[in-house]
Amino acid sequence: MFSKDRWDEILEALNANKFRTLLTAFGVFWGITILVLLLALTNGLKNGVTAGFGNFATNSMFIWTQQTSKPYKGLPKGRRFNFKLDDVASLKNDFPQLKYVSPRNQLGGYSGANNVVRGTKTGAFQVNGDYPEFIKQQPMDIIQGRFVSYSDINAKRKVCVIGTGVVKSLYDKNEETLGTYIKINGVNFMVIGTFKVSNSQGDKEEEANTIFVPFTSFGQAFNFADNVGWLALTANDGTNITTLKPQLLESLKNRHKVHPEDDRAIGNFDLSEAFGRVNGLFSILSFVGYFVGALVLMSGIIGISNIMLIVVKERTKEIGVRRALGATPWIIKSQVLQESLILTILSGMVGISFAAAVIWGLNYALDMNGPVENFANPSVSMSVVFIALFILVVSGLLAGLIPANSATKMKPVDALRME
Amino acid sequence: MGTNSLHVLKGINFNVKEGELVSIMGSSGSGKSTLLNILGMLDEADEGSYTLDNVPIKNLNEKIAANYRNKFLGFIFQSFNLINYKSALDNVALPLYYQGVNRKDRIEKAMHYLDKVGLAPWSHHLPNELSGGQKQRVAIARALASDPKVLLADEPTGALDTKTSNEVMELIQGINDEGKTILLVTHEPDIARMTKRIVNLKDGVIIDDNFVEQVRANQYV
Repeated sequence: MFSKDRWDEILEALNANKFRTLLTAFGVFWGITILVLLLALTNGLKNGVTAGFGNFATNSMFIWTQQTSKPYKGLPKGRRFNFKLDDVASLKNDFPQLKYVSPRNQLGGYSGANNVVRGTKTGAFQVNGDYPEFIKQQPMDIIQGRFVSYSDINAKRKVCVIGTGVVKSLYDKNEETLGTYIKINGVNFMVIGTFKVSNSQGDKEEEANTIFVPFTSFGQAFNFADNVGWLALTANDGTNITTLKPQLLESLKNRHKVHPEDDRAIGNFDLSEAFGRVNGLFSILSFVGYFVGALVLMSGIIGISNIMLIVVKERTKEIGVRRALGATPWIIKSQVLQESLILTILSGMVGISFAAAVIWGLNYALDMNGPVENFANPSVSMSVVFIALFILVVSGLLAGLIPANSATKMKPVDALRME
Repeated sequence: MGTNSLHVLKGINFNVKEGELVSIMGSSGSGKSTLLNILGMLDEADEGSYTLDNVPIKNLNEKIAANYRNKFLGFIFQSFNLINYKSALDNVALPLYYQGVNRKDRIEKAMHYLDKVGLAPWSHHLPNELSGGQKQRVAIARALASDPKVLLADEPTGALDTKTSNEVMELIQGINDEGKTILLVTHEPDIARMTKRIVNLKDGVIIDDNFVEQVRANQYV
């Protein structure tokens, strides 16, 4: 369909009035730019917000104990209770759908008092007692050494893995960390590894100022016995943790003599559900992006259609001459269609490139100035680009349709008479 | 295109043989342009028949008409009707483009006809860089390019001064001498006398149709 001759014909016609061609093209250029930018910004917002979830495995939930709100089996309401290590064993046993069951305990935390000492240096850090699985639920990069292992758990070794923030506060630059001792709440722990949280957003500082010790050593050193602060549960890939939740809660209530309808006794945060909600929100946002972008693009298309009508009107006589020389109506129609198609696609391509440049600039600025809350890496995928191109082709054809028909509506003899 | 119809031609019956140079004369409104348009298949007669080179021209749809025009006819207009953003060469090559001739042959043929009308050095000029006479010669080259059976010229000298008119007529006579059939509409008796046959139209009928002694245009140049 596109021979070189056709191309020459079309480019000649478009070149004949460069300024007008440019102005017309701007409408489509602007429309597609806005469409792509809106989708990229939506995506940036989505990336930012989902990064707020950390890299925690999304098919997870956290679960902890609160006060009971109903008396049950002779026990009063307002009773406090704790999860124990044998709850972990029983959950693992009763629910094979669970991939990881990590009991956790914590000391210190956000703006706590100084709790760690090394020589003359002190610092306030969050200290977690954890099982080895935890690193699979919340991925982190081990920079040196290793993470907590099961032999640490079994031997209750007083070892710890420290974050980069901890290293910065307690050690001099380039000082060896592995094998040294730090004193947590008066108890010495040997450093066996350092870590940083991979691709983290938001809580970077807090995460870097964290110390991991084996769960069992934590219980012994800080007098937690086999009490569990909270549980981090991750389900197998095939199972949604949200559907599993009622059974998990029922089993735990049963074990701790909690009234089956006592909803306040056990607190939980369902990461999967929250994640799903956020994802739903962003599907709507990108729909809005497409919708608004398409509307803006449409005004550009109407602009092209309009200008093609004028061009056809202006060239009535030329079209008459061409028909006198032997151009069939189809040749004339297809030329008008192709002119509008090429105008649309060219300006659309420029628009997409321009939007890509803006996105690149945004990313560059973000990289330079550090992370912004709830916004990261605005980008569009190739599929969006192809969808945009598809929209352009369809709309270019639509824009040319009416003008193409009007071009051949007049009889050649009347067209030739036009001045 | 008004809603009121008007009978312009009221019974025209004439034949043109191959190689003739016919002028159709008449005052404005006599129907001479309408006749030419019907012969050029740009318009269609309400009744009657038209046979061109033993091909009955009837039941034309636009596509067939376009193909016939392309193959059988060459048009020369009063206002030249060159496409103003195309070079002289490309203008001449346009009918060949619609014939589907490839680019190389097209350029070669177009160049041949431009040379024939003496404008080879101007081949890459745009129409607005040419004089009126030159434009009409480009238009004649364009009409010749598809090697049509008949040339139809609608007041070919109407927009030209006497001197240029004579030059253009000389060219047209030369083309006729080579055997091409030419029909020419004019209201100038001087131009009509340069043809071989004059058909006079009045109010849609032929009032006379005479073969005349041809006046050669080159005696004025």
